[in-house]
Amino acid sequence: MKQIKASDITALVERLCIEACCVITDDINNKFKSSLQAETSPLGKEILSTLIENARIAREERSPMCQDTGMTVVFVRMGQNVQIVGGFIEDAINQGVRQGYEKGYLRKSVVKDPIHRENTKDNTPAVIHYEIVPEDVFHITVSPKGFGSENKSALKMLTPSEGVEGVKRFVLETISAAGGNPCPPIIVGVGIGGTMEKAAYLSKKALLRPLDTQNLNPALADLEAELLTEINKLGIGPAGFGGITTALGVNILTYATHIAGLPVSVNIGCHATRHAEGEL
Amino acid sequence: MNLSDMTEKRILQAPFTDETIRTLKAGDMVYISGTVYTARDAAHKRLAEMLERGEAMPFDFSGQAVYYAGPAPAKPGKPIGSVGPTTGGRMDAYSPTLIANGLKVMIGKGTRSAEVIDAMKTHTGVYFAAIGGAAALMAKCVKSAEIIAFDELGTEAVRKLEVKELPVVVAIDCRGNDMYKLAREIYGNK
Repeated sequence: MKQIKASDITALVERLCIEACCVITDDINNKFKSSLQAETSPLGKEILSTLIENARIAREERSPMCQDTGMTVVFVRMGQNVQIVGGFIEDAINQGVRQGYEKGYLRKSVVKDPIHRENTKDNTPAVIHYEIVPEDVFHITVSPKGFGSENKSALKMLTPSEGVEGVKRFVLETISAAGGNPCPPIIVGVGIGGTMEKAAYLSKKALLRPLDTQNLNPALADLEAELLTEINKLGIGPAGFGGITTALGVNILTYATHIAGLPVSVNIGCHATRHAEGEL
Repeated sequence: MNLSDMTEKRILQAPFTDETIRTLKAGDMVYISGTVYTARDAAHKRLAEMLERGEAMPFDFSGQAVYYAGPAPAKPGKPIGSVGPTTGGRMDAYSPTLIANGLKVMIGKGTRSAEVIDAMKTHTGVYFAAIGGAAALMAKCVKSAEIIAFDELGTEAVRKLEVKELPVVVAIDCRGNDMYKLAREIYGNK
């Protein structure tokens, strides 16, 4: 049986919080560069160059790319036989968040209660998603989510008769209404199917798929390509200042659903869509 | 909208005169040097409540720019941490009152309400957009930072910043031209 020490989980989460906020992933940085070549708007080009420069400064100086270092979303994928020793997994993760946000000079943006809004001053608690798998693994992805983009995300329960056309319409409506607010060029996570909360979870998880990979389902790969083309015709452009680079990618995840429903969730990620992963 | 002519770097000195504000057109890229004050959601709520009670403001509004930003903590030896703009739309509930009281130069990101734009037209205001997410780069434009009000709000406290060449775009000018709308008319549906 694989044993994982709670203190090792804390150390890993601490490191991943800082890395995710300061180091852009290669797939996104490469997409900035190819978009800079393709972009037709002079101001749009200026913004893309600035984002590339910002990512370089953040990486070299180990400073956060964005001051909104987000609410910390943590995806845990662990084997059913893995045993955590020396503490409770949730406490270990939150301790890692606490240490990472303090040592990394990251902003503490979490309030304890949504109505009374008192800052917890250490960015805890994290939002944690667990996935239990048969393999003997312990894998963590930390994805700090800023609320400029989170606030423009949306979910709708479509009827089956609305079909794929309804899905496309809702995705485009959501992106169009978001405009320049979510810091475009954005990454669009789409969750289709399941129940309401399953669709929301899928749309968030979809944001983690690297931009240089294909959807394994060919029909969904085609739908992603079609949506990306349509989104980039909206004209929103980098920072919302106009141009042909509104989104860098569209990632879709689906799940089985009920005969009476077609849930669709759109989770918008900003141009940095930060995440970092590690294993124990 | 002036999108093509970006060869000349136009630097504006804050605080602003009405004369300067009138020369700005939606879509112009400019650089701000001088003093700006940070204030976001919680500080706006407090300022509006203080105005309602007839209390003095923590700084003289006339010609001053407010930057919708809550910085990351400063590393040792640095004046400030990463500091990019937050969404301006969340300040819409408070801005018309603040604009009427003189705080009419705003720096944020994203669209504004019709009420805010009307107030800007009436009082010769301007709304600049800074580049969302380019916060590490913008921190380098900040030469000094000092908390002048609402210390207990932490990142949301009002800070007096001395900035050098902070890159911004005129998002909405004093005639009500909205770059976010114009941009989509030019680049949309092609």
